[in-house]
Amino acid sequence: MARDMSDKEILKMELDQLQKEVKTERMPVSVTAKELSDWVEGQVGEDPLVKGIPEDKNPYKEKGGCIIS
Amino acid sequence: MLRGSSAVAIDNERNKHPSDVIAAASAARARRSGRVGLATASRSTSDPHPAEMATHELHPNDTLTTLKMESENLKAKLEEERAKLHDVELHQVAEKIEALGQFVMKTRRTLKGHGNKVLCMDWCKDKRRIVSSSQDGKVIVWDAFTTNKEHAVTMPCTWVMACAYAPSGCAVACGGLDNKCSVYPLSLDKNENLAAKKKSVAMHTNYLSACSFTNSDMQILTSSGDGTCALWDVESGQLLQSFHGHGADVLCLDLAPSETGNTFVSGGCDKKANVWDMRSGQCIQSFETHESDINSVRYYPSGDAFASGSDDATCRLYDLRADREVAIYSKESIIFGASSVDFSLSGRLLFGGYNDYTINVWDVLKGNRVSILFGHENRVSTLRVSPDGTAFCSGSWDHTLRVSEEEGI
Repeated sequence: MARDMSDKEILKMELDQLQKEVKTERMPVSVTAKELSDWVEGQVGEDPLVKGIPEDKNPYKEKGGCIIS
Repeated sequence: MLRGSSAVAIDNERNKHPSDVIAAASAARARRSGRVGLATASRSTSDPHPAEMATHELHPNDTLTTLKMESENLKAKLEEERAKLHDVELHQVAEKIEALGQFVMKTRRTLKGHGNKVLCMDWCKDKRRIVSSSQDGKVIVWDAFTTNKEHAVTMPCTWVMACAYAPSGCAVACGGLDNKCSVYPLSLDKNENLAAKKKSVAMHTNYLSACSFTNSDMQILTSSGDGTCALWDVESGQLLQSFHGHGADVLCLDLAPSETGNTFVSGGCDKKANVWDMRSGQCIQSFETHESDINSVRYYPSGDAFASGSDDATCRLYDLRADREVAIYSKESIIFGASSVDFSLSGRLLFGGYNDYTINVWDVLKGNRVSILFGHENRVSTLRVSPDGTAFCSGSWDHTLRVSEEEGI
């Protein structure tokens, strides 16, 4: 448990972790960012918080009453 | 000359690993580069490749100073490796994408009933039920469509900081200052005393900050003020795996979408966000760019990234395959911490609940704010988008939960 560890032990834990992470395989942002945004664009048409929902399908729509537009 | 002598020192390092040699080598590099931590100036063919450095055994002569120097050096090296692949910004890639207009978000339902601050909430997979927990020790299950309370449980402790709905919809888990995570099966009989069927699953040595069922009702993942996360078997209460690596309280966690495999991300008071392998217990990736506690982490719907919200008043996006932060969502006018974040269904929008009582909605790709929602009369402490993405629910220190949507087009 972190609270029970001495500063030294925490640093050692950090060191071991850093040594592993330096070797992680990485891809360039130009590739990953493009794929991220392509993925979003493919889904955004189905995103109700972006495109909105028709009133008749909206479970939260106010019931009854007249709306004067 | 200096290079030669450091080569000798490093050679000794490979053979003997005496801590004073490592210190001398680091100090030599530091002197050459002009400041501690810059690894480039010391690059030479005889520099130890990280792969050749053995795991650092704690030597009685190791001082905090030598460990810290090594840590700084490694951090600098890690940043260097990451920077090499930082060839473009996310918003540049997103330039060609059509901008979103300004949105107007409207609250459709207000759930009243808690007697004190709402600390946590979660949606049921049926997209209409919500479980929430409060400082007053109560856990309530609501029908968000009708605002009816379906179940209520009084916990033996106050500050129930974590709650979660089971995937089956038949149980809820919760915990907080009692240092435990307990599971309550939800009975169809409204009169039945839920507390009687309570099952204690997780035991930490400090407060429970977050909990989440995995893809079934059988396992729960927890995070705690004791600095660890843990995976538990619900039936037996057995600890299946524990996750050590945070240097301070862990405040939040989120499981990767099931299609992308067995990982989860956690955020803590050590300003780090860690990605973990659930099977091995190993930390796979770690990110430390926030300037304060990380209150909330949430995976991007595709599983290739995650967002975080922090007391430093920013939300950030981390790309897992590029292994770096790729976006910061902030404004000079936003100076209060972000307590809770979640994505819309497509990942195009990021919702953030803040300690200044507002909810800010961000365009994830372009980086600008597209909407702001007022209405809560105190801090927003928890926020989740519904499973089908039609609405989002926010819980607040003002004792209420609000379900809101984008006001029709």
